[in-house]
Parts: sequence; structure tokens; C-alpha cells
Amino acid sequence: MRDQHTKELELIHAILEGDRDLFHELIRPHERTAYLTAFSLLRNEADAEDVAQEAILKAYRALATFRGASRFGTWLVSIVLNEARGRLRKKLRANTESFEEQVEVSPALLTDWREIPSEALERHELIQKIESAIKDLPLTFREVFVLRDRDELAIDEIAATLGITENLVKVRLHRARMMLQKCLAPYLKSTVSSRPRRFPFSWRAQ
Amino acid sequence: MNLDCKHVWAYISDYIDGSVDPERRRDIENHLAHCEICSAILDSVHNILILTADDRVFALPIGYSQRLHERIAEEIRTSEDDGSSDG
Repeated sequence: MRDQHTKELELIHAILEGDRDLFHELIRPHERTAYLTAFSLLRNEADAEDVAQEAILKAYRALATFRGASRFGTWLVSIVLNEARGRLRKKLRANTESFEEQVEVSPALLTDWREIPSEALERHELIQKIESAIKDLPLTFREVFVLRDRDELAIDEIAATLGITENLVKVRLHRARMMLQKCLAPYLKSTVSSRPRRFPFSWRAQ
Repeated sequence: MNLDCKHVWAYISDYIDGSVDPERRRDIENHLAHCEICSAILDSVHNILILTADDRVFALPIGYSQRLHERIAEEIRTSEDDGSSDG
């Protein structure tokens, strides 16, 4: 099976050669990520959709400049981020940088944590709680969290996309996750099942 | 090396991502084996990541994909018109 990167490079080549309708196919696996990335910054559905569309159209117009050094998805995310930041600057002056390195976040201490089954998401209020916790993260933490834990970009890709060091990505990611733990753990605890806790587990450790 | 709880918290994110070195990983796991508080924190972060990655969280607006592809089609038509007038 050909990997996605190779397939995308072939699609891009064909689009640039004139088979332009293939852009629909190229963009389909990335349209969700484009929206979510925009939403993570803007926190507003209408703005996020608008920005995602604009960024995708920009990507179409600039496709000839894509050199294939990064993945197409990473390149697209960087366009979405630029577009979203431009929109954000127009809407408000985001001043979140002062939060940065000096704030240590302590986790919520709960000794009787149990696994939350994903079926719990059937409860609309739980989805709202999670969405609201992510939306309430300061911008610099929110964008790193979404790029890593929703878009699944690698740390070095996030660093390159945001123009910051890998170490800073890790610091922000850690803080974001701990902030979410602190905010959500006490609430999620009330949905706890009686199933035993899994440990040790593997997440991305392999 | 014996780590205290605060040291373990500092490494939770890297531990989840598998980016701590083997020796540190062993120290963390030694601590987790006897510390209920830290293993509960680790589990809760892990669970939150699984839940936030679920597609039901931040669902796309209804009709988003259709509207997007209509705009792309329009853009393609425009660029083809421009291309043919150039030639």
C-alpha cells in the first residue's frame, strides 16, 4: 500500500498538470482538521468555517509552491493557522503570552480514578464540558494541544508550524494537558464506571 | 532514583508521549507502582486525551463539507476560466 504522502504528491502533480478537480480528493482527508484547527483558535463556528474555507482556497491557489518537504496536511495546517491568527488579530488583542513558562499547574488529586468509557460521550453535557474546557485554555496552550492531541501532528511538525522550539511545544502541551486534567477530572469522576483501572497502558509510547 | 510526586507530574506528558528516556521511564514506573495518587492522575490525563480525540467532541457544522466543496468547485471553474483566457 502506498503511503498517504506519496499518494498526495501524485495528486498534487496531477492537479498542477491540469486535472484540477482532483483537489476535492486531495482536501477531503484534511477538511475536518482544517475546521478544528481554525475553531481551536477562534472558538466560533461561523468564523472557523469561513477561515477553513479561505485557507483551503489559498492552498489551492498556492499549490505550485508546495515543495513536498513536509506533509501536505502540515502545510495546510500552517495556512489555516496564519489565516486564523489574522482573523483573531482583527477581532481582539489576544494577550496570553504572559501565562507562559512560569506558571506551574498542579493536577487534580483523585485517588479513585477509573476509566471513563467512551460511551459516556453519549451524554451531551459531557461533550459540552470537554469542549468548554478546551475552549477555555489560553490560546498558546490551546493551539498546541489541538495540533498534537486532535490533529496528531508530531512535536517537530508543530514546532515548525508555530515557529517555536520543540521544547516549548512540549512545555505548552504538558501545561495544556494538566490544565484540562485539573478542570475535567473532578467532573468526569462523576461518570466513573466500576470497571478496573488499566495500568500500565500504552498510548503513543510504542 | 526515587522520584517524588511533583517530579512525576512534571514528566506525565512526556511519559504519555513515550519521549522519556528508558532510565527515567523506569523511575516513573517504580513510583507509579506504589503511588495511587500519581497513577490516578496519569490515568485521568490519558482518559481525557482519548475523550477529547473522539469525533463527537467538536462535531463539524452540518453541511460544512458540502459548502466547502461547492466553493472549491467555484474556485476551480474560475481558475480554469483564467487559465483559458491566458492561453
